[in-house]
Amino acid sequence: MKKTRFDTAICDALNESMLRDDRVIVIGQGVPDASQTYGTTKGLVDTFGDKRVMEMPVAEASMVGIMLGAALVGIKPVMVFARMEFAMLAMDQIVNQAAKWHYMFGGKSCVPLVLRLIVGRGWGQGAQHSQSLHNWFTHIPGLKVVAPATAYDAKGLLISSIEDPNPVIFIEHRWLHYTTSLIPKDAYTVPLGVPNLIKKGPDASVVSSSYATLDALKASEILAKDGIHIDIIDLRTLTPLNDEIILESVKKTGRLIVCDQGTLTSGFAAEIISRVTEKAFTYLKEPPVRITLPDCPSPTTRGLANYYYPMPEHIVNAVKKSHKKSVIDPYANVNASDYLDIPNKSFTGPF
Amino acid sequence: MQLKELIQSSRHRVEAFYNLLRIRRIEEAVAKNYSAQEMRCPVHFSIGQEAVAVAACHYLTDDDYVTSTHRAHAHYLAKGGDLDALIAEFYGKETGCSGGYGGSMHLSDLNAGFLGSVPIVGSTISIGVGAAFGAKLQNKNNITVIFLGEGATEEGVFFESLNFALLHKLAVIFVCENNLYSIITSLDKRRPKGADLSKIVESFGAHSYKMDGQDLCSMLDQFQTIIASMRHSPHPVFIECETYRYLEHCGPNQELNLRSESEIKKWKKRDPVDITHHKLMHENFLTSVDVSAFEQAIQREIDHAFMSAKKASFPPRENLMRHVYKETP
Repeated sequence: MKKTRFDTAICDALNESMLRDDRVIVIGQGVPDASQTYGTTKGLVDTFGDKRVMEMPVAEASMVGIMLGAALVGIKPVMVFARMEFAMLAMDQIVNQAAKWHYMFGGKSCVPLVLRLIVGRGWGQGAQHSQSLHNWFTHIPGLKVVAPATAYDAKGLLISSIEDPNPVIFIEHRWLHYTTSLIPKDAYTVPLGVPNLIKKGPDASVVSSSYATLDALKASEILAKDGIHIDIIDLRTLTPLNDEIILESVKKTGRLIVCDQGTLTSGFAAEIISRVTEKAFTYLKEPPVRITLPDCPSPTTRGLANYYYPMPEHIVNAVKKSHKKSVIDPYANVNASDYLDIPNKSFTGPF
Repeated sequence: MQLKELIQSSRHRVEAFYNLLRIRRIEEAVAKNYSAQEMRCPVHFSIGQEAVAVAACHYLTDDDYVTSTHRAHAHYLAKGGDLDALIAEFYGKETGCSGGYGGSMHLSDLNAGFLGSVPIVGSTISIGVGAAFGAKLQNKNNITVIFLGEGATEEGVFFESLNFALLHKLAVIFVCENNLYSIITSLDKRRPKGADLSKIVESFGAHSYKMDGQDLCSMLDQFQTIIASMRHSPHPVFIECETYRYLEHCGPNQELNLRSESEIKKWKKRDPVDITHHKLMHENFLTSVDVSAFEQAIQREIDHAFMSAKKASFPPRENLMRHVYKETP
């Protein structure tokens, strides 16, 4: 076992997948260059050459189509979008074509394509460099949406996503790149479609994914000091959604708190809460709660952004409130000038 | 021309004429049966434009790839797509080439190298380039023909795809059927006057050709040269074929109130089936006995396809949720 960073884990997954399967290629702006996609493609072009680790023209719309075409004839592309927003130019190819290709041609061909969509946050990146639109993709039948929260899951899930014959949207939060897990030396995979119960406790069911899982873990430590213990279900795969573990948990705790890194309205938290309400209504002791971004774009000034992102304390409060305990607004202690816009104390901007 | 070459050339022309006539008769049969309201999907007929498809596909093999658009029937058939499966697909039956899931606007026949046709204008241009790219990465030297209408050259993705194909020197032939209309909007409302598409394409670095889309024999010769050259040295080629559709954008009817009657009449005077028929008869490559035999064989095929399609079952209800995902092996 080795303590490994999330970004290194991504790189390891790509490396292993490319070693094992000649058909795997990695493509994206900046993938083979000195920036190495924030360290996630480090050294790959030296190992595999520029015919498998590729640069691409600034043409997202056609490039997803081109990778789709390549996937149809035997290639397994992993396409990287340094910022999720750039993939918006390719929505026709993602939603109309890749997602539906297998179905609309009667199951005769498939599109083994992985799109790594990197979610930005902080340092004033603002409205167009901070979105997590994962819920859009969960709405499209035919796509799989995966969101690792740990370095261990990042590696295992990326390997599985590459092996999957379907188009997979791989949601990768930039701030998670700095986190570490213990990772085994030997090869392993994390299956798609299996959420993970990462903390056990009778007092609430907290469902989360991606960076929100990090917040949930911090919240559980704070709560533990007060003798409150929660279940945390880290989704890992958003769709196809396996809600068994969530339902089991809610039947035990009666209290559901869903943490999602997207905005409030029509976010993925709404889907989780709908399912639980449909399938475990009588077990709920309190109304379900969502903790998400508010319904506004991300502002660049930290004077506003400090009040934009939910904090672990918000999750703590939701759990406490569900037990009728009194809480204090976490933002009450936040100042406009605070440096909350960085992933960790050693970070110096820009991204 | 040497005798051997003459015989070869005449064989190709007669075979191409057969394919052209066949597509025409199939399209006419679909148009005729459409009013029975059992083919319940949008159909975009190729009647008038078929020669482009036949010429472009004649020198391709099953290993070569084709992608197409909403107006795909002629491309599908010219590439060797299964006729029974095509008609069954229009009828929405389980035996359709897309299992009833796609209808006329989503066709594929992988055995024939027809990768897929979809109705979002411009979408298959990049997909075709991708297929050519994927082939190159696997050291295959097959050719990809990408059919598109002239309207699709107004989409940004056309230029993006052309750029990429040139960057990677792919074996791609963009076959642009310029039929002057995007639904009912004429070219002059969409293009600045004097805009020359071939100049734009050439300035990117591609070889560009213009062909008379109604002259099958002339196109055959040109495609033969282009494809032979492509097999030796892959390089993207753009071909604009000037052609015309007789029927409305979508559906089996004439479109007399939306386009001028004199314009349609003018184009019908240069009908590709008539032109080729007369030319081959005149050159003694074809007799009326041959043509009669062709018509009968084609009609038998058509009758069989329609009969099988009508007899076939709809997909079972469980198929609704099948194929959303491909199962992991």
